[in-house]
Amino acid sequence: MIKQYETVFIATPVLSDSQMKEAVAKYTKFITDNGGEIVYEEDWGLKALAYPIQHKTSGFYYLVEFKAEPEFIANLETQYHRDERILRWLTVSLDKNAVAYAQRRRENKAAKAAAPKAEVAEENVESNVEEA
Amino acid sequence: MANVENSEIRYLNPATEVVRKKKYCRFKKAGIKYVDYKDPEFLKKFLNEQGKILPRRITGTSLKFQRKVAQAVKRARAIALLPYVTDLLK
Repeated sequence: MIKQYETVFIATPVLSDSQMKEAVAKYTKFITDNGGEIVYEEDWGLKALAYPIQHKTSGFYYLVEFKAEPEFIANLETQYHRDERILRWLTVSLDKNAVAYAQRRRENKAAKAAAPKAEVAEENVESNVEEA
Repeated sequence: MANVENSEIRYLNPATEVVRKKKYCRFKKAGIKYVDYKDPEFLKKFLNEQGKILPRRITGTSLKFQRKVAQAVKRARAIALLPYVTDLLK
């Protein structure tokens, strides 16, 4: 039975942008290669950790939402285990409320991403009016 | 009030009625069904200054959602969004 999951991992802050992209590509490819389906990806960027992990005080956060067979999760976590770039990870299965929440969250993010541009446009219009 | 004045027992200070605001479960009231572990700012409402989870008797959360809040806080701690132990969280 295919279930929906969500995984967050923290990569070491010493990675360069391209190395981080490569790490992300590795895991997304690993998911799709094993019969999973990526629903959503989100890059949180470099964030300060609430407490040091492996003497590091910050890390790159990355969130992936995907659909996969339950047996696949153990494989994914083994991959995380073997990867020295990954400081910490968390994989949770999403129930129906969580799926609904995740969808609403995505829509809000999309709306927010679109909104600032609209606001800027409006401001421009207003300033133009004042000038006129 | 008439009853109080006519009753035989007389108090030195007039009896003050303390009206306590009834606590309520914010999740039930707002219709929230899922507590997100990815939002540490929201979860901080349920923590004290040391980052400990506040009891239900203080926050008013229903049992069902207290369990979910606890789960979410523990997940947030695991991925270093919230500290396990700290001082002056707020």
